[in-house]
Amino acid sequence: MRSRLPVVLVLPAIAGLAFLLVPLAGLLVKAPWASLPTQLFSAEVGQALRLSLVCASLATVVCLVLGVPLAWLLARGDLPGRGLLRALVTVPLVLPPVVGGVALLLVLGRRGVVGQHLDQWFGISLPFTTAGVVLAEAFVAMPFLVISVEGALRAADPRYEEAAATLGASRWLTFRRVTLPSVMPGVVAGTVLCWARALGEFGATITFAGNFPGRTTTMPLAVYLALETDPDAAIVLSIVLLLVSVAVLAGLRDRWIRA
Amino acid sequence: MTLHAELRVQRTGFSLSLDLTIEPGEVVALLGPNGAGKTTALRALAGLEAGGAISLNGSTWDGLPAEMRPVGVVFQDYLLFAHMSVLDNVAFGLRARGTRKAEANAIALRRLDQVGLAGFAHVKPRALSGGQAQRVALARALATSPRLLLLDEPLAALDASTRLRVRSELGRHLADYPGHTLLVTHDPLDAMVLADRLVILENGRVVQEGSPRAVVRQPRTDYVAHLVGLNFYRGVARGTEVQLDDGGTLTIAEPAEGPVHVVFPPSAVSLFPSKPTGSPRNTWQATVSGIEQHAHTTRVDLDGSPAVLADITTATVAELRLQPGDALWVSLKATEIHTYPQ
Amino acid sequence: MKRVLAFVLLLAGCSTAQPSPSTPNITVFAAASLTESFQKLGKEFEAAHPGTKVTFNFGGSSALAQQINQGAPADVFASAAPANMKQVTDTGAITAAPTTFAKNTLQIAVPQGNPGKVTDLADFAKADLKIALCAEQVPCGAAAKKVFAAAGVTAAPDTLEQDVKAVLTKVSLGEVDAALVYRTDVRAAGAKVEGKDFAEASGAVNDYPIAPLAKAPAEAKDFVNFVLSERGRAVLTEAGFAAP
Repeated sequence: MRSRLPVVLVLPAIAGLAFLLVPLAGLLVKAPWASLPTQLFSAEVGQALRLSLVCASLATVVCLVLGVPLAWLLARGDLPGRGLLRALVTVPLVLPPVVGGVALLLVLGRRGVVGQHLDQWFGISLPFTTAGVVLAEAFVAMPFLVISVEGALRAADPRYEEAAATLGASRWLTFRRVTLPSVMPGVVAGTVLCWARALGEFGATITFAGNFPGRTTTMPLAVYLALETDPDAAIVLSIVLLLVSVAVLAGLRDRWIRA
Repeated sequence: MTLHAELRVQRTGFSLSLDLTIEPGEVVALLGPNGAGKTTALRALAGLEAGGAISLNGSTWDGLPAEMRPVGVVFQDYLLFAHMSVLDNVAFGLRARGTRKAEANAIALRRLDQVGLAGFAHVKPRALSGGQAQRVALARALATSPRLLLLDEPLAALDASTRLRVRSELGRHLADYPGHTLLVTHDPLDAMVLADRLVILENGRVVQEGSPRAVVRQPRTDYVAHLVGLNFYRGVARGTEVQLDDGGTLTIAEPAEGPVHVVFPPSAVSLFPSKPTGSPRNTWQATVSGIEQHAHTTRVDLDGSPAVLADITTATVAELRLQPGDALWVSLKATEIHTYPQ
Repeated sequence: MKRVLAFVLLLAGCSTAQPSPSTPNITVFAAASLTESFQKLGKEFEAAHPGTKVTFNFGGSSALAQQINQGAPADVFASAAPANMKQVTDTGAITAAPTTFAKNTLQIAVPQGNPGKVTDLADFAKADLKIALCAEQVPCGAAAKKVFAAAGVTAAPDTLEQDVKAVLTKVSLGEVDAALVYRTDVRAAGAKVEGKDFAEASGAVNDYPIAPLAKAPAEAKDFVNFVLSERGRAVLTEAGFAAP
């Protein structure tokens, strides 16, 4: 207010902030603080938390390995129907995650289009496995990374790539040494979003990978099931997830985004 | 070996057709107004755009992508890689072409030393001044020992005072470079100071070609006349006296020493029927060899020692009743003359 | 900040606004497994009581009980388990004694054609079969646990699903070879799922209680009576429920 911000912006901004923060505050106020430590250090919570962190991180790696090249193709590639392709990439954003999970089952499930061959030829079955959790999370989270990296690539000056070419750099070397470092802030932002989305993933995970403690029960699944019988435990689990993700994201911000 | 280039680029509303020859050690300036096709020509030569066929020493580079061409480019705003150190920038081309890291760094350091920036090897480009960045860009372009050096408006991004100094430094480095150099610029002074030969491009076609002197003396189009309408000489300065290489002596206001370029605009020159008296420090006799009518002024070409171009008003033409062959007195104030170290 | 809170409260007020009392309008909170049969009964009730409108809120019984206790505008509560009904009677939101109106038993659900050749409860212990169960926290999971304990079978599930629908999705897609769900759910899932009765099912019969809320209009009691009537029983039986 001191810098004379217009009221038409300040009021909705404060309302927006309250809208985002009041539910969080509600969680904290209603938390059963007395039983928090025992819940926190119970084997089930530790197991679910560890699985969540591992799966979200692996899913993020999958997204980076596949998503960054895809973003590059969309931003720099000379292919027909690029606009349509760009729109299709965002489909997992608008698709209800449960539908995404069913779609994954239809393709990669035991009777799925691809999955039946994986099962028959290699004996690989993805549903109900930790790999399935990683896949479901990657499916839902990848658009966040692709959109973020693609935006950064489109904003980056392609003349630097030309400069690298005149110095004798192949397109691959140019990508690694010139393009990628110049869009690093976008990649980091996309990675953080992607990881956060994967960490909170519920619908696609439970649909595709099911729910089994230690194998596929991630924190959001544990929260949902706890809500059925023990809302207090659900709140505690939510707070744990909240604290861990805030800690990781804040740490990443300090290390990467300021650098 | 002479470099021959045939540049043919076709785009909607624009076509470029340019044949270039550049001798080893020669600096050719490609001069022209905005949109003439200078940058397109440079990009085609570098392989960044199709349509640049080059033959040199019996080998032909046609349809070769940029990374396969032995070409070095200094871009207008240098395009130094911001996330790499200065040394890594200069070593980048060598590394890309397969030189081992230690050797590439040693060569890069030598190149930096040549441009006087060895002490800046480990800083990031954003810590450099404009002039320093330009020198790093030159070192980077030359690090791979390219056969053809392309400079795209290398001085345009610099402020006026830096420009003066960097221009003479660049001139020295280009003189040392044994390969073929093409300089793209819209600034006639850069072209005349740095280049051995000018190629003037308008609408994708060459309108004139020749040594700076020849182009200045006989501009073939209004654009050329306007653009390169400068009196331009080389000479040796001793204090406030400059002995011109092609004959004649001029008195200058600012003392200088050694080889210099001498420049003054035709509008600074006055013509008198008899020897003038008064403040101007330079007067000499000359003979009218040509008269050319422009929109608001008349340009008079005079033979003498030195030969000179003068822009005078139409009224003066009438008053003096100028005819080719007339003998006149030329007068020029010392303060109108600019000198640049060579 | 005060203004913002007022705004939020205003929004909250909108969602709990009661319908106009001039038209008799009752809201029924019912367990998800009752969806098809109660919708049918609702239409028949509306036809028999012109001007009365019945709206439904189907969901998991425990979620519904929580919603009612938080003040959701329910007039009738039909639960899939006495425990959830008790949560509501404990707070005094329901004062009338709940009546059991239907029973549901477990059935083995297998994909069409029974690719895993599952015949009885003992097959659930086979490691090479893919097995889905409901999570213990939801009623079908609790019932399954009881059945396995009584039969002395140690089930080897691959997944513990969050609700019956999720289990049936996996059965109908053939992702699992067998699951344990209520016979009404097998009936509702259609041709892609086959149901198999098994002897131990009688060990975990699920009672469905119903009751009007204390503050509900008279029509709520009428609806409860309609569910308990002969016609109500017929519709429920058709859906796979057993009589109480």
